Amino acid sequence: MDQMAVYLFYFFGLLAIAGALGILITRNLMHAAFLLIAVFLSVAAIFVLGGAEFVAVSQIMVYVGGILILLIFGIMLTNRISSDKIDTGFGNVLLGILVGCAFLVWVGDYILTQFNDQKAALEQTNNQTEKLGISLIADHVLAFELIAILLLIALIGAAYIAKKDKEEVME
Amino acid sequence: MITFLFYLPFILGFVVIGVWGERKIASFIQDRYGPMEVGPKGLLQTIADLLKMLQKEDIRPKAADKPLFLMAPLLIFVAIFAGFAVLPISPAISGADIETGVFFLLAVVSLDVVGVLMAGWGSNNKYSLYGAMRSVAQIVSYEIPLGITVLCMVVIGSTLDLNELSSLQGIFTSETTYLFGIKSLGIDVTQIGGILSWNIVQVPFSFLIFLIFFIAGLAEANRAPFDLPESESELIGGYHTEYAGFRWGIFMLSEYAMMLLVSFLASILFFGGWNTPFPNIGSVTMATWTSGTPGELSGAIWGAFWLIFKTTIFVFVQMWVRWTYPRLRVDQLMSLSWKYLTPAALILLLLCGVWKMLMV
Repeated sequence: MDQMAVYLFYFFGLLAIAGALGILITRNLMHAAFLLIAVFLSVAAIFVLGGAEFVAVSQIMVYVGGILILLIFGIMLTNRISSDKIDTGFGNVLLGILVGCAFLVWVGDYILTQFNDQKAALEQTNNQTEKLGISLIADHVLAFELIAILLLIALIGAAYIAKKDKEEVME
Repeated sequence: MITFLFYLPFILGFVVIGVWGERKIASFIQDRYGPMEVGPKGLLQTIADLLKMLQKEDIRPKAADKPLFLMAPLLIFVAIFAGFAVLPISPAISGADIETGVFFLLAVVSLDVVGVLMAGWGSNNKYSLYGAMRSVAQIVSYEIPLGITVLCMVVIGSTLDLNELSSLQGIFTSETTYLFGIKSLGIDVTQIGGILSWNIVQVPFSFLIFLIFFIAGLAEANRAPFDLPESESELIGGYHTEYAGFRWGIFMLSEYAMMLLVSFLASILFFGGWNTPFPNIGSVTMATWTSGTPGELSGAIWGAFWLIFKTTIFVFVQMWVRWTYPRLRVDQLMSLSWKYLTPAALILLLLCGVWKMLMV
């Protein structure tokens, strides 16, 4: 990575952290949901800086375009429409801090000891997407197909649960 | 850089002409004159409207959620404009060098949903909220048939890069193209080019794919007959009810930019992008005459001309459709997407895969 990329990396890293802190601090649930977008986009930018373009775009597509919208929709539909602000509270503060610190130590230890020699792995490769596609459908085909079937089952299940009973419709 | 230097001024200029054009087309279809007062044939009407709009007060409702309300229009426009980054203009001017190309485009454009939600929620108005919810439900649903139809053409071209996809459909391709894409017919049309090498002819059933793509694209752009999110008669204006002046202008700009983007994508995926429609027939080398030399000025001008020409036709069709069909109901909208377009698109995707394996 050249100097510019390092600065950009720190910029997006800080942006992601700022967004995450914002989610923690804000009491407005909608603001928290929108701040999550900033976090996701910053992480996508970090992926791009790491040379993983396809992963970055998938991140935007799946997390921002899919999961986050679902989340916001959930908030909107579960609350009364046009209600006042939806607030969040702070609970389990002590336990949360303990778990957070433990996780930080665990991940920090891993990063400090395991990632020293892997800078070379960040080389830019051409036709990344093509290689990824081929390896998905050749080397990891079983996992790929299993996930596809699992998702299909989940989809059908959701449609079945959402379906109204016939008697209910008649009434 | 190309996007900023070419597409940004182009979008702004297009909106000025597009709004006028839409009003003229509407009045032609409804058998009346339309704007006639300002300038010859009312040509300057949009500029007058624009000046009026820019002078208006930037009204902000007291109960609105301020940061969300102010951010929303910008986010929508940025998301849609980012999609233009990967569009090519001519053989040598290929837009941003992003390997994931059209996938990036779809992902980034899906961000505009977030802006719509922000606008609807931030306005703190029940019409806005209903409009935003309708809009998001619609965009999220129609993203699926749209994505699958784009995937069909990606399978056929086996590339995500829009410039490569365009060059496969013309005389500058390095691969051999056969008539209707069928190798066993043995008719080599690589040097003939023109309309014969476009995807719409190369893959004979791709007109159906185009149809699904175009319908889904209309819904993505919130255009009639899928304009339920804005429906003036029910929701006043949907998610941008509370906006005025310049911010409202950005919403308008985004809508026209989205129309443009869908049209650009349609002409690149199915109608040869910057390639000329005229074939080379014997010594009458119309394709070569109307293509210029790639990499030189003539190639750039011809490429941009053909691309914009095709795009304008699709924009016209979008306007034509708007003044022809009545608005759909919410349940009709959903059943159209999930019960008809998505299964049909999936079947066509399967066909494309088989086609690619057998024929090419």
